[in-house]
Amino acid sequence: MTQGFRTQTGGRIDRSQTLAFRFDGRSYAGHPGDTLASALLANGVRLVGRSFKLHRPRGIFSAGAEEPNALAELRGGARREPNTRMTTAELYDGLEAASQNRWPSLRWDLLSLNGLIAPLLSAGFYYKTFMWPAAFWEKVYEPLIRRSAGLGRAAREPDPDRYDAVQAHCDVLVVGSGAAGLAAARVAGAAGARVTLCEQDFALGGGLLSAPAHGAWREATLAALAAMPDVTILPRTTVFGYYDHNVVGAVERVADHLAQPPPHTPRQRYWTIRARSIVLATGAHERLIAFPDNDRPGIMLAGAAETYASRFGVRAGSRALLFANNDAAYASLFALQDAGIAVAGVVDPRTESAGAEAARARGITVWADSQVTGASGGTALVGARVARRGAGGGDTLVVADLLCVSGGHSPAVQLASQGRTPLEWSEALAAHVPGPATLDQHSAGAANGVLGFAEAAADGARAGAAAARAAAADIPLPGAGDAAYGLLPFWEADVPGKAFVDLQDDVTANDIRLAHREGYKHIEHAKRYTTHTMGTDQGKSGGLVGAAVLAAARGERVQDVGLPTFRPFTSPVTWGAIAGPHIGQQFAPTRLTALYDWHVRRGAEFMDAGQWLRPAFYPIPADADAWASVLREARAVRKTVGICDVSTLGKIDVQGADSAAFLDRLYTNTFSTLPVGRARYGLMLREDGIVFDDGTTSRLATDHFFVTTTTANAGPVMAHMEFHLQTCWPELDVQLASVSDQWAGMSIAGPKARATIGKIVQDLDLSDAAFPFMAVGDGSVRGCPVRVLRISFSGEQAYEIMTPAGYAETVWTAVLEAGEEYAITPYGLEALGLLRIEKGHVAGSELNGQTTAADLGLGRMVKKRGDFVGRALSQRPGLTDPDRPVLVGIRPATRHDRLRAGAHLVTPGSTESLGWITSVTRAVELEGWIGLAMLRGGAARQGSRMQAAFPMLDETVEVEITSPHFVDAENLRVRG
Amino acid sequence: MIRIACPFCGLRDETEFAYRGDATVSRPPADAPIEDFHDYVYRRANPRGWHVEWWHHAGGCRQFLKVVRHTMTHAVHSVGLASSTQVVPPE
Repeated sequence: MTQGFRTQTGGRIDRSQTLAFRFDGRSYAGHPGDTLASALLANGVRLVGRSFKLHRPRGIFSAGAEEPNALAELRGGARREPNTRMTTAELYDGLEAASQNRWPSLRWDLLSLNGLIAPLLSAGFYYKTFMWPAAFWEKVYEPLIRRSAGLGRAAREPDPDRYDAVQAHCDVLVVGSGAAGLAAARVAGAAGARVTLCEQDFALGGGLLSAPAHGAWREATLAALAAMPDVTILPRTTVFGYYDHNVVGAVERVADHLAQPPPHTPRQRYWTIRARSIVLATGAHERLIAFPDNDRPGIMLAGAAETYASRFGVRAGSRALLFANNDAAYASLFALQDAGIAVAGVVDPRTESAGAEAARARGITVWADSQVTGASGGTALVGARVARRGAGGGDTLVVADLLCVSGGHSPAVQLASQGRTPLEWSEALAAHVPGPATLDQHSAGAANGVLGFAEAAADGARAGAAAARAAAADIPLPGAGDAAYGLLPFWEADVPGKAFVDLQDDVTANDIRLAHREGYKHIEHAKRYTTHTMGTDQGKSGGLVGAAVLAAARGERVQDVGLPTFRPFTSPVTWGAIAGPHIGQQFAPTRLTALYDWHVRRGAEFMDAGQWLRPAFYPIPADADAWASVLREARAVRKTVGICDVSTLGKIDVQGADSAAFLDRLYTNTFSTLPVGRARYGLMLREDGIVFDDGTTSRLATDHFFVTTTTANAGPVMAHMEFHLQTCWPELDVQLASVSDQWAGMSIAGPKARATIGKIVQDLDLSDAAFPFMAVGDGSVRGCPVRVLRISFSGEQAYEIMTPAGYAETVWTAVLEAGEEYAITPYGLEALGLLRIEKGHVAGSELNGQTTAADLGLGRMVKKRGDFVGRALSQRPGLTDPDRPVLVGIRPATRHDRLRAGAHLVTPGSTESLGWITSVTRAVELEGWIGLAMLRGGAARQGSRMQAAFPMLDETVEVEITSPHFVDAENLRVRG
Repeated sequence: MIRIACPFCGLRDETEFAYRGDATVSRPPADAPIEDFHDYVYRRANPRGWHVEWWHHAGGCRQFLKVVRHTMTHAVHSVGLASSTQVVPPE
């Protein structure tokens, strides 16, 4: 197909090269410099989509990010991206796009019948129609709505592209590269500031791109900026959010203008920019005017039609009619006329204006004091009806296939408003302009309500100097033009009909009035009730128009109704950019112990423990299944000896004269009485009296302790200690250091534990007399320094050997060799858990943020004298209630019935839960399954039977309530 | 994202810090009645305006800082050491 609507000359496209592309399966041609929208218009394509709710035919309405209608699915397969604005999608050779929200085809859309039942689809329709019955929502209404009222389809395959994240800093951030932005960047750069300039378009210049008269100034300014080494220019970069303390988010479309990213190139970059000062030169958005059928393909913002003609060399129609309430729009019309578009005339609600005078001088008909009362045509505009305002008489049909609309220009204050700048009302613009900023922020140019290129550039220069804290620099400015504006606020033609204030969401002026009648009078309520401004365009063209309709309904001024809060994102951002590189393995760090390589070589199955990767078990060929491995490992510990990597335990080194006093205040135990060379099991409460963590604390010297925490609480316990030391008891002489990663740890447990390590530990007497249960001492293994703690989690004779992480494998290997004659068995986290449940030791499932020391049977560890964190509130009646659930053991009455963690404990015939199972395992010391549980009246129920109900699987198991200590309740083995 | 000027490390992003709540309450003495501990743990003023609060520079120097932050604008008026006295400016 030929580009029948392309001009012979003019514009910023390269006619020497042709790009082929497809839209809805048909082939077209365009040029470098085109957007998908401009190329479609050049090919005479006017119908590009169907509307969201009513499936009305829609055409290209704008030439930028404010586009409400022209949304396409771009690319295919895993790269298919829905809701892409054709007006910003840069054309490339081979581009594939499809229209959205139509079935079976764009031209013959069956769901356009929605338009016939439109009276039923008014504001609040979803709320009213689908209220009842509730069950219908999920099964009937929602699927129906999703099929008929949707936008594009996302790709179903994983995204094949990479996304990068950039952390950036600058002195001055300039948003927008129009006349104001370029001038601001140049002045700030000349003053020596480090400047970053972001432009969402692929070409720099903003409105200058459609103003050939200012081409030379644009070129010269860009050349000056390029010569400044501290000025960074980022085209294709949308600043979408302005956050606290002058931090902004931006997304750079690095490779969206290509079929796919080149090798080693991300598709997009997410920029987090911290700017000392920010210049907002974001321009203005032209407003629509509400009149019946103002959504027909062929109706377009006047400035957009000018952009297509001047920048892209495209005639958006053959015969243009302008409906405008300001003089700036006349300039747009004259540009169309200069590009060879026939002009049908101008409809102007004003009685007289400079624009009308200039138009008449060009031989253009002007209907003054008039309005457009309707549009004719279905999938393409045929003409518009024009009538005198308030005349009540007949109207005239003016034939035109392009109706340019301009209801004025609203400064793009979205970012300023997000940046806490209050908005003020400008009578001259009938729009909001930024008021005095509270942050170091400077709006400039059209975004600041300043009209005209010369005036905007001067305003930008002022803002750039202020942002750089420099005296205003003398830079060349573009020549002054005719800045007449003469706007008459005019929001809506006063005739009945379907007059849209939000094209994307199919919201009409009547919908706003209906919302008002039904009590949604606040702008925020009307917005949510009607979905006005809730589309991907965020109401950039019609937001204020809807507010004006609401204001009229309320009998107030527009400025008194206000606007809904502007929030990020000002433009759509892909999820890929937001996720950035933090996907898959990069989503969170994986922590490996110093013995990880050994575990891998041994064939361990790993499991996640927080960020740690820990061996779950070490399968051998003889093991029938995972349970066989776990049971084999646990049996080895009970019968001979096993070894387990416990390096993940949190470890905190506490030193200083007041260390003992400090620990006394943090733990329920007393550590000041602990002799040097001994360890003690410690319990730590939160200040509210609930158990926080447990672990062992060793006294290495009078003023030196070595504290271990649970793996999960290593960080929180450290922060807890720091908080109390720094803010509550700063007078204490204590130094804290986290040494979790510095020390590797291994537990050697079983009747042959001492026999094993006794062969290799030197410089330390491990005899029972010299090194009893809970003893601690330093020694060496094969020349490596070690710290040995005689402590036990399994209930067996056991030792933990700590060694600096770099020596871990040497020491571990020495232990394995020493234990060879006892068939020493490495055991993983599963066997560790099995052994501790048999012993009745609590872990994370019991230390669940709800349990007290007494609940866990640890009440004896709470000292009666002296203050400690959690002491006072642990004495609250609710926490000392004897009826609280307490720790018990559980066995199935039929030994091989399976227990499940989470099962509720009930008495036969009752549905009242008296407790729940926290941890379960198959046992090695006993037959079948065992578990731990929290149970009301648990002490009194020991020996009785209850039912463990697991309704999710419809299981009920009869259980025996027992002591939680299934193994060696007298605790003799650990001392053996 | 707010930015906090750590007296030890300089101006840093909020993401390096952990919020630790109201810095105007202090732990009661050991012999204080249980009600005082209840207030210390649970009762907060929730002001609209300037607020003195603890921010732990967990990803930096590990110091608990006293930060005077405006709860509505997120403006930071001052940052001091744990031992410092921070003065709340008039609204």
